[in-house]
Amino acid sequence: MVAPRPTHEYAIHVEGLHKSFGKVHALRGIDFDVPHGTVLGMLGPNGAGKTTAVRVLTTLLPPDAGRAVIEGYDVVRDAAAVRRAIALAGQATAIVLELTGRENLEIIGRLRHLSKQEVKLRGADLLESFDLVEAADRPAKTYSGGMKRRLDLAASLLGEPSVLFLDEPTTGLDPHGRLGMWDIIRRLAAQGTTILLTTQYLDEADELADNIIVIERGQIIAQGTSDELKDRVGGDLLEFTVVDKAMVADAVQAVAGLTDSEPRVDEETRRIVLRVGNRGSHALIEAVRRLDAAGVETEGLALRRPSLDDVFLAVTGHAAESDDVGAPARRRGRRPGAAPKGD
Amino acid sequence: MATVAIAQSKPSTMQLARWALSDSLVMTRRNLLVWMRVPAYIVFTVVQPVIFVLLFRYVFGGAIQVANPGGYVNFLMPGIIGQTAAFATFATAIALAQEAKQGVIDRLRSLPMARSAVLAGRLMADAIRMLVTITVIIGVGYAVGFRFQNGVVAAIGMVLLAEAFGVTICCISAFIGLAIRDEESVQAFGLIWLFPLTFVSSAFVPIATMPGWMQAFANNQPVTLVINAMRALALGGPQFPLNPSLWQALLWLVGILLVFAPLAVRAYKRA
Repeated sequence: MVAPRPTHEYAIHVEGLHKSFGKVHALRGIDFDVPHGTVLGMLGPNGAGKTTAVRVLTTLLPPDAGRAVIEGYDVVRDAAAVRRAIALAGQATAIVLELTGRENLEIIGRLRHLSKQEVKLRGADLLESFDLVEAADRPAKTYSGGMKRRLDLAASLLGEPSVLFLDEPTTGLDPHGRLGMWDIIRRLAAQGTTILLTTQYLDEADELADNIIVIERGQIIAQGTSDELKDRVGGDLLEFTVVDKAMVADAVQAVAGLTDSEPRVDEETRRIVLRVGNRGSHALIEAVRRLDAAGVETEGLALRRPSLDDVFLAVTGHAAESDDVGAPARRRGRRPGAAPKGD
Repeated sequence: MATVAIAQSKPSTMQLARWALSDSLVMTRRNLLVWMRVPAYIVFTVVQPVIFVLLFRYVFGGAIQVANPGGYVNFLMPGIIGQTAAFATFATAIALAQEAKQGVIDRLRSLPMARSAVLAGRLMADAIRMLVTITVIIGVGYAVGFRFQNGVVAAIGMVLLAEAFGVTICCISAFIGLAIRDEESVQAFGLIWLFPLTFVSSAFVPIATMPGWMQAFANNQPVTLVINAMRALALGGPQFPLNPSLWQALLWLVGILLVFAPLAVRAYKRA
């Protein structure tokens, strides 16, 4: 092997990480680095090993092999120092529903060993910037899902962590809550916080992350910037459903010459997907024209960005193995966070 | 190593101890606040034990013959206080199971707080909750004819023994809650094992009225020993203060703690 990489230049350095639970190999040799002040998106379906990775990196779970170093501290040997440098937030919140937003902040702040004065000042700032001032003295059980996550994130930030772990921060949120969370994550990134974010949605990683690693069955199967990943899929996709089954062949013929790539046809659902690279709008107009000329009636003709499914398909040759991720109902851009299940 | 790393200085042992204490107190306060905000919890801790006192005092009491001074109500009160302390730990199991399942414990463990504080704060809050319940029961007991026969110091001793018993059972319940980690299952199993232990004991009836095979169990199990010791403290009697069951009871409690406190801590680490 090559000489060991210096650990201190990265906020997160991970090397050969393995973790098994009995016969289940949750992590099977993971390596990656996160430079200071950048956002890493860890993308993968349910059960891919994302949460296990986060639990190892946040000192909650010892790895079976390999090592992870956060801000120069080993997660096993210097666990206490790691915990002072990091914060964890996400799907599960540390919020006590019976207590008010302010009381929750106070408790987490005290547990981070801040003085009462510090908790008060920073808490007020965070409530303000997370749009929770009005709700601050109401019990958290009256909050919306998005508000609970924001409160939880605010509590995590009381200690001014230099590395923030966000485990599926938008899973289960409605579109509004999701956008609000994205906004906050962007602001934190702009302030220079190093962020590791896990998600099942490519568009989320796309929106927020500088670099993305795609993880499946405990292994990294692809990594790069979101543009690099999408290039592997072949850029944007044109997608439509043929109304009449008998016309599917005609439809394929009509759009076949549009781009270099072959259309992907699902006979069962009469669905046709075509890679259109970065010539999306041109291809869209042309496709409408040709399909119309061929007399093919279509439904839901749309241009969309590649989804996690497409990346998986391109990288592994098979669809991601999870029912939430395989749902065909997803369209480009934002979708309702429909998957409340954990990883 | 890293420039960022240098900024952190290692906290001293003294500092760590101070944090462990303050973290436990913060967790205690947190748990007590939740308890005070949920009416159902108040009912469980206060109303239910009072109903037990009234039921046993007036429904069963007339049919149960006892030899001690003051009659059945004096016999009953130490028993019902012990039983209530044990049953109160059901809430410990439920709360910990919920927090483990919802990921709250994970989140707390990722904080730079003392790792002992989650369990310590839970036990302290539950001990305080138990003390409130015991005080209410003694109040109701006095209203229905119960009287301590043995002076204030022994009465306080009885309350302390009940607390020690309750905290010990708390460790078992904490282990159950953290090991099962599922609220519904804990609802089903969290209390059920306490029924034979508390009812097949000297808590409510004299053991001599039970069938012989049952007496063998009832006479030698820890709940009987604890309640006999509590009764001796409350009512006095020929063997007071060197009642043999007090020492046996304390030995049992220490033994149970030695087994279940580490088990609870281990289950907590895995939660």
